[in-house]
Amino acid sequence: MHGITKRFPGVVANKDIDLVVQRGHVHAIVGENGAGKSTLMNTLYGMHKPDEGTVVIDGKPVVFSSPSDAIAVGIGMVHQHFMLADNFTVLENIVLGSEPTHAGVLDFRAARKKISEISDTYGLAIHPDDLVEDLGVGLRQRVEICKVLYRGARILILDEPTAVLVPQEVDELFANLRELKAEGLTVLFISHKLDEVLRVADEITVIRRGTTVRTVNPKDVTARQLAELMVGGQLPVPELRESTVTDTVELTLDHVSVRTPDGRPVVDDVSLAIRKGEIVGLAGVEGNGQAELVEAIMGMRPLASGSIQLGGQDISRWHTRRRREAGIGYIPEDRHRHGLLLEAPLWENRMLGHQTERPNSRGPWVDRAGARRDTKRVVEDYDVRTPGIDVTAASLSGGNQQKFIVGREMSGSMQVLIASHPTRGVDVGAQAAIWDHLRNARAAGLAVLLISADLDELIGMSDTLRVILRGRLVGEVDPRTVTPEELGSAMTGANTVADGAPS
Amino acid sequence: MTVDDSTTATVAPRAERAAASRRPNSLYALYLAIIALMLISFVRAVTGANDITSGGTVGATISLAIPIALAGLGGLWSERSGVVNIGLEGMMILGTFFGADFAYFSHSPWVGVLGGIAGGLIGGVLHAVATVTFGVDQIVSGVAITILATGLARYLAGVFFTGQPGGGPTQSPSIPRFQKLRVPGADSFFGKLERHHWFVVSDVAGVLRGLTTSLTPFTILMILMFPLSWFVLWRTSFGLRLRSCGESPSAAESLGVPVYRMKYIAVSVSGVLAGLGGAFLADFSGIYREGQTGGRGFIGLAAMIFGNWRPGGLAAGASLFGYTDAVQLRQGATSVHALLLLVAVLLVVIGAYQLWRREWIVGAVVVGVAALVFGWYSVTNDVPIEFVPATPYLITLLVLALASQRLRMPAADGIPWRRGQST
Amino acid sequence: MRERLNRLLLNVIAVLVAAVFAGGITSLILLTRGDSPTFVISQMWDYGTQRSTELTIMNGATVYYLSAVAVAIGFRMNLFNIGVDGQYRLAAMLAGAFAGSVSLPNGLRQTATILVAMLAGAAWAGLVALLKVRRGVSEVISTIMLNFIATGLIAYLMRPSIFGHRFGNDVTTKPIPKSGQVGGLDLIPNSGGKVYGLILLAVAVGVAFHVVVNYTRFGFDLRATGRSATAAQASGVNVKKMTAATLVMSGATAGLVGMPALLGDSHSYSSITFQTGLGFTGIAIALLGRNNPIGIAFAAVLWSFLDNSATILDLNNIPKEVVQITQGVVVLSVVIAYELVRRLALVRQQRAVGRAVAPPPGTPVVEGAPA
Repeated sequence: MHGITKRFPGVVANKDIDLVVQRGHVHAIVGENGAGKSTLMNTLYGMHKPDEGTVVIDGKPVVFSSPSDAIAVGIGMVHQHFMLADNFTVLENIVLGSEPTHAGVLDFRAARKKISEISDTYGLAIHPDDLVEDLGVGLRQRVEICKVLYRGARILILDEPTAVLVPQEVDELFANLRELKAEGLTVLFISHKLDEVLRVADEITVIRRGTTVRTVNPKDVTARQLAELMVGGQLPVPELRESTVTDTVELTLDHVSVRTPDGRPVVDDVSLAIRKGEIVGLAGVEGNGQAELVEAIMGMRPLASGSIQLGGQDISRWHTRRRREAGIGYIPEDRHRHGLLLEAPLWENRMLGHQTERPNSRGPWVDRAGARRDTKRVVEDYDVRTPGIDVTAASLSGGNQQKFIVGREMSGSMQVLIASHPTRGVDVGAQAAIWDHLRNARAAGLAVLLISADLDELIGMSDTLRVILRGRLVGEVDPRTVTPEELGSAMTGANTVADGAPS
Repeated sequence: MTVDDSTTATVAPRAERAAASRRPNSLYALYLAIIALMLISFVRAVTGANDITSGGTVGATISLAIPIALAGLGGLWSERSGVVNIGLEGMMILGTFFGADFAYFSHSPWVGVLGGIAGGLIGGVLHAVATVTFGVDQIVSGVAITILATGLARYLAGVFFTGQPGGGPTQSPSIPRFQKLRVPGADSFFGKLERHHWFVVSDVAGVLRGLTTSLTPFTILMILMFPLSWFVLWRTSFGLRLRSCGESPSAAESLGVPVYRMKYIAVSVSGVLAGLGGAFLADFSGIYREGQTGGRGFIGLAAMIFGNWRPGGLAAGASLFGYTDAVQLRQGATSVHALLLLVAVLLVVIGAYQLWRREWIVGAVVVGVAALVFGWYSVTNDVPIEFVPATPYLITLLVLALASQRLRMPAADGIPWRRGQST
Repeated sequence: MRERLNRLLLNVIAVLVAAVFAGGITSLILLTRGDSPTFVISQMWDYGTQRSTELTIMNGATVYYLSAVAVAIGFRMNLFNIGVDGQYRLAAMLAGAFAGSVSLPNGLRQTATILVAMLAGAAWAGLVALLKVRRGVSEVISTIMLNFIATGLIAYLMRPSIFGHRFGNDVTTKPIPKSGQVGGLDLIPNSGGKVYGLILLAVAVGVAFHVVVNYTRFGFDLRATGRSATAAQASGVNVKKMTAATLVMSGATAGLVGMPALLGDSHSYSSITFQTGLGFTGIAIALLGRNNPIGIAFAAVLWSFLDNSATILDLNNIPKEVVQITQGVVVLSVVIAYELVRRLALVRQQRAVGRAVAPPPGTPVVEGAPA
């Protein structure tokens, strides 16, 4: 790819990018969030055309007007957010768009045969008639890979494939990649997890702010150097200094259980205490009950048993609004669905979650002037880059949206902050800022529950670190001494770790 | 319909829904049909309302169910591609008008069919343009099209039908209709059996008489639309691609499926089907009359929901609504009164089932309502004549209230989608 | 502030473009029949600006306004109350029966009648709320079903043995004596009649709508739920309660739709002569006015003008139904135009944000040789 430039309204996503990939290589593309990696790969996959520049495959220049063109040339893409239809079976998802037919009628037998072949050849272990909805994350990813191989892809693009995997699953994926390489396929691997990239890649290209910075050989660089190339400077490190943990318990969970409508416990007998000035980290593979636990604490989900106490009061039956008014702040995992009104102006978003308190409202009336004043304060104090407070939340970048939400939730008299994946999808600058704010709030006595999939963040930012698996708390590790590998093992239940001692 | 039902409806647990959708449908349906027949026979014997299983009623059921079913099928095509189509009523109205108009001026009912297709197609394409190309809210567009269709039909009727014998802006003159296909001898043979009023035997005779004497070529053609739709949508690659647009349009796009084009086709087909339903209605009544559709476009949507977005269930639901419609149209007061008993019995069964599933509140409410209905039945001799035409709508509500919870609509239904979107 | 003015301007332009487009389509249709569009417009304008027509236009607009506000309350929360039709008729009938038979001191009777109407509309909408919140039944379908059921219910209750009174060929509720009526206002001189006194009620409803939705906490919660039910729930809103409250308020407002005519004109309810179809008209006007009390006011006047001035067309052998096509096309094109405006505004905003946030020009961005 040569000289690729792509513009969107308000932003230049790619600027003059140059990329050369050898056949049979695993070529990694690294850059921080928002650097433009995904946009570049979408161009390669035909999802949009570049404004400038050329793409050359096997010596021949190509122009793609849709993914079908890219597929026809042998390019396949596995997206970061899986593109699977939950209500369809694995078979239907895989053959979609390239169905084997007799005069338009689906030939299920041929499809099943081919899928089984691919699955066996590459060790994917998938069953064509499973409903995708029932599959876990690792399996879904393998379905996506099979989807791509089914169409005879020789060039695979993997966009952040390890974002949702634990270390063991990452090993399995890398093993699969080695098999693909052995068969002569080329793999393009987008990631921001530098140690993984160093393990598996033959060549690494660094992208920063939409342009290529440099292409390096993994044998010649360290993770630190790569990181500095990515950011153009020092990489921020999540770490706590002195302990500010007090003895006052602010939030207590007492044998809390949450069940699904058919009676399955999705949070199973969880007991937890968070003290003022303490950050309690909760580590776990996605889907092990963290989201449900958070919803239970916020009052969005009913408790099947157990109780929750805030500052000594039993709030188990309180409605969400009352809990928020009592001082629980919430940084939601999915900021678009739970944290923001995308089409509303910023100052109205300031009110969201706090619409019954000053300065947003006085009695039953909305205090527009007060809300606007305070929005300006949040924007300034938390470095939210925006031309004004009347723009809609949707026009801000992810990092700025998150900074705004953090600023909003830390305003007022907060006693407890529930931070769910607070730096997900956020650029490095904003990430550092958010960590800073969390540190400061903690020093001021805030009790924080931190849930994250970023092991470095968890290890660096927690005073106490617990592990959740299948809805139960299975162990506690010492964040000062545990390594990411050990934490990953504990998260998958490979070994139970207690007090930081490796097993 | 507001799509964010995650906050209002409680969706049935996954395992159950998956199992429900993979049960051998045809066998299950057969069992249900037999049980239904026995129940109705029983009710007829007890109440003496002999019309509820007569050949005439069965024939009318088929003819009244079809417009509803076609509207529902139109809704199914559209929603399976991810577009909610509230404008079915408007497309049906256009179908009644153009169907009658074409049939009258060409002196042929077959050309009337073409008219129905044309009218519905206009509405369908409009809806597609508004929602797919321009991204207008789908329900708003549907309502706007229904408003437009009403005005358009009235204007055109005024233009074309005024001056014709019996015609005017609110109705057409009599139009040429399809002839019924009669199996020779069936009428008298089954008719005789019916008149004996024997338990079950006479009822079956009634059903058979209805089936053999009231079908027209149009009817048969329309009935074929259902297995045809099932085959196209579930057994061809075109159908798979279309359904993928309603489940995950981003996945479809990433695999090269032309999502916009698929939605256009689906919504257009949806309009055509609704238009055919309208033309059928006009043919059945022999005339175009303003307000003829009477909300059937919407009842069709209810049938679609009831049928879990599948043609088979949809047909069953439409038959149910058609049946109530037929009953109330014929011997209204007495037949509907008999139906009260049926409803009471069914509610008791449903209530008992809910209680068995530990749904105490729902079960108690249902059984309570059953008791009320039974009380009403025993205390009165017939249902007040004013309530009789409201029966199909009441049944629709009842069915939706009881059935809305165990259903699964296409995952991306109702969500406006734009190229390059990541959800 | 400039942002909002810009948006307003764009929306007004959108309406004008849509209106011109609709006018164009109508002209085409007229031309195919050999009628001249300019003739039609001049006829309608002349007739419409006559004093007597202006009176009917004002009165019509008042009624339309109430209906549209009722619908708009639901729309702001992404709820589609298509049942305004059934709600207002049932409310008018029950209120008429109440007012005719109960005797209360002056002034109190009118107030009580209005309250009865609001209660009836609210109760009928309450059924919809119950079905939606407890059973997940889509309000689009349940409201339409209840419209038809209301017709049956009204017919039953209008039996002479219950609420009906024979009046020649017509059956009405007991006529309301003068002490229970609401007089008119002489706002349009030389019009040969009076404007509905309850136009004041309509104005009050509009003001209340504006204030509640934009300036109260409840209104904020309502709009938030309409924009994103998930975010609203996470922020503490009880979505089910909000849904029920909104539907009930919408129904109560719908109940008011029949009041100006009932108390100011016919003084009784009759299934045959009482105006029907106001529910769907309300939807169209709410869409045109973008669910905004001032926009709705303009739209209501426009719609009423089209409706009433079209009666002159029949005298010229032009079917007045052509106006209904205009109305339908306007609704559809306005809705499309609004959507385009919304997208345009979003793109412009993103550009503005991009400009404000981008590093100043001239800073070197790239280092290192291309790969």
